[in-house]
Amino acid sequence: VCTSRFWFNYRHVANTLSVYRSVKRLGIPDSHIVLMLADDMACNPRNPKPATVFSHKNMELNVYGDDVEVDYRSYEVTVENFLRVLTGRIPPSTPRSKRLLSDDRSNILIYMTGHGGNGFLKFQDSEEITNVELADAFEQMWQKRRYNELLFIIDTCQGASMYERFYSPNIMALASSQVGEDSLSHQPDLGIGVHLMDRYTFYVLEFLEEIHPASQTNMNDLFQVCPKSLCVSTPGHRTDLFQRDPQNVLITDFFGSVRKVEITTEKISLDRDLAGFESK
Amino acid sequence: ASAQFQLAVPVAVVFAPGSVPGDLPRPLPFRDVQEMEISVNLRTTVTSRYETVYRSTTAQEEAALEAATAGEADAALHPLQDASLGSLTMYVVPETSSLLPQGISVYVGKHRSALVRAEGGLAALRIRLQQLVQVMSFTAGSITAALSDRVPDGHLGPDARRHLKSSLGYEITFSLLNPDPKSHAVEWDIEDAVNRYVQPVLDKLSLVANFSVDSQILYYAVLGVTPRFDKESSSFFLSAHSLPHVINPVEARLGSSAASLYPVLNFLLYVPEHSHSPLYIQDKDGAPVSTNAFHSPRWGGIMVYNVEAPASPQASLPLRVDVDMVRVMEVFLAQLRLLFGLSREEMPPEFLLESPGNEGLADWELDRLLWAHTVENIATVSTTLTSLAQLLDKIGNIVIKDDVASEVYRAVAAAQNAMAELAAGHLHSAFQASKEAVTSSERAFFDPSLLHLLYFPDDQKFAIYIPLFLPMAVPILLSLAKIVREARQRKKEPTKMD
Repeated sequence: VCTSRFWFNYRHVANTLSVYRSVKRLGIPDSHIVLMLADDMACNPRNPKPATVFSHKNMELNVYGDDVEVDYRSYEVTVENFLRVLTGRIPPSTPRSKRLLSDDRSNILIYMTGHGGNGFLKFQDSEEITNVELADAFEQMWQKRRYNELLFIIDTCQGASMYERFYSPNIMALASSQVGEDSLSHQPDLGIGVHLMDRYTFYVLEFLEEIHPASQTNMNDLFQVCPKSLCVSTPGHRTDLFQRDPQNVLITDFFGSVRKVEITTEKISLDRDLAGFESK
Repeated sequence: ASAQFQLAVPVAVVFAPGSVPGDLPRPLPFRDVQEMEISVNLRTTVTSRYETVYRSTTAQEEAALEAATAGEADAALHPLQDASLGSLTMYVVPETSSLLPQGISVYVGKHRSALVRAEGGLAALRIRLQQLVQVMSFTAGSITAALSDRVPDGHLGPDARRHLKSSLGYEITFSLLNPDPKSHAVEWDIEDAVNRYVQPVLDKLSLVANFSVDSQILYYAVLGVTPRFDKESSSFFLSAHSLPHVINPVEARLGSSAASLYPVLNFLLYVPEHSHSPLYIQDKDGAPVSTNAFHSPRWGGIMVYNVEAPASPQASLPLRVDVDMVRVMEVFLAQLRLLFGLSREEMPPEFLLESPGNEGLADWELDRLLWAHTVENIATVSTTLTSLAQLLDKIGNIVIKDDVASEVYRAVAAAQNAMAELAAGHLHSAFQASKEAVTSSERAFFDPSLLHLLYFPDDQKFAIYIPLFLPMAVPILLSLAKIVREARQRKKEPTKMD
């Protein structure tokens, strides 16, 4: 979810698209991704390189590739819609791609970026979502068993405040900065004229580029990404609500899609010619 | 939410002449009730009552048991039985009976009856019958799997969350993947196959849910994994541990119906490229799998269809391939059964099960599904309504619309009805009531008007209005006080002036 609009918040859209791209590369199909972008950077009239969103200074990586499917765009990214997607209380006319159709075996990854403060995240410059509301939404999800495990990543200023209030089981949270600290952006690009990425997500993206679908890297490695020397802010994480040891949790459990598979050993026997069969 | 389930199974044990054990406690016919308790968690228990009637055969049943094979006997006995869902009839035949082949003690028919050989005394027979009744209705394992979200973590067996969740409908999609259209021109008569082979199974399952079927052909769709070449057999293979990565790249291209919200079951038939033929799937021990297929729980199945090498090596490409739909459907329908949790592999060796033929599943297997789904539905309703009640407690000023309220009442009434029917042993009406309860409770819980965002907690109201009104209120209150003081002074002055 990218919650900021306006051209100078280019980096938030780039952040979100980088995570989207990594997740797709590791196997999750569009039907299982809900992408919310509050503004259109690729086709923004101020974009000197239209139809692209770059994540690196030398324009190495265009994260707005060929098949980006944005489910909630522009003014549709509101706190209400976000909470509706999470809790499932959606008007019946909403199409399948805009819904979160998860069940009790789904592992959900939620990535949010934008401008935030102590206990809130700003949506579209006009409204906020508080950490209490977010925690309540997750509890509603747990009550209906809409997730098996949930990984929450947030890249905003004072991001750690957003996960302070969680109380539902099986949630792991990562944030780019602690309360009282600001998350800083990476480098500006003089050609495009804005900062391209935030530091935390930049290093997370670098980390994710090394992961492939069969990789065995675990969560503890993700916690080490972006130490204070590189990030200036102190990334935080919260694992007390999570049942398993982060050491045993694979990155691909959340970022990729590795299915449980069983060999089919049974076969039924069909009667080839049915007597008295009528064509329908 | 606490729930005490009572599941009653009506069973009839019918003794053929010559099979009555000598040590019966009472003369035939008599009734007996056995109870067993399954404790799922601290607040959820399932008590199963097996209400058994022991009697001897009627003349018609005796005649039916004179048949030559067990299958014919089963067919002849079918019209003479109590055919309601959930009830079971066991016929005990003498030990020397020729109906059951050697080494087989139990023959399970495709309806709701079984033939049991009378070996040993009453105690041994009782154990055998108990085992049989559980196989044909529900076991502790199947009930706990249905109630998997109430089972404390750590007690969950491998069956938990493996089978499809109970839903009002399912969408089935058959897809033909042809990655190499230049070499293979594949034709499959899917419509005919669906009508002939799939529809009878779905008709049988129509009691459980609504099914919709569609099909598609995808060209140039490759699997995510490159098969390896095995020199000894000069064939290609996919090892068991690479299978989980096969599905993902294909899934992105499968698409799904945008209109329906039901779970989708995908059945993919993959015709390997000419350069990778023949392709076999290997199991964990490296042996090729006989069905050449694998499935993923709650998703669907994939089967690899190898094209025979052409008779002459100079045959012109593309080769025309007519898919043998019977071979394919045998596997796909078996996968459908496995996805629902109907497996025949864990049967004890002395049980012989009759094949249900083109119907796909036996009546008692349908019962198994219904028992599990009914219990699951009622548990879901209970959890949903409790959670809704908790939400309402938390946000005191939430507004409940009338239709939401009526859905809640309906859900509660239907759930109670379902529990009562389960305790009485009427599986059909219990299942229908549980479906109604789930529909109503889901509609109530997911009503768009219940978004707690729309209702402001009291402290937010104070926080907004006090800074607005307090500064305004100060001069107002002060001048009010001044007015009151002046009024009092004026009252005192007339007395002074006198």
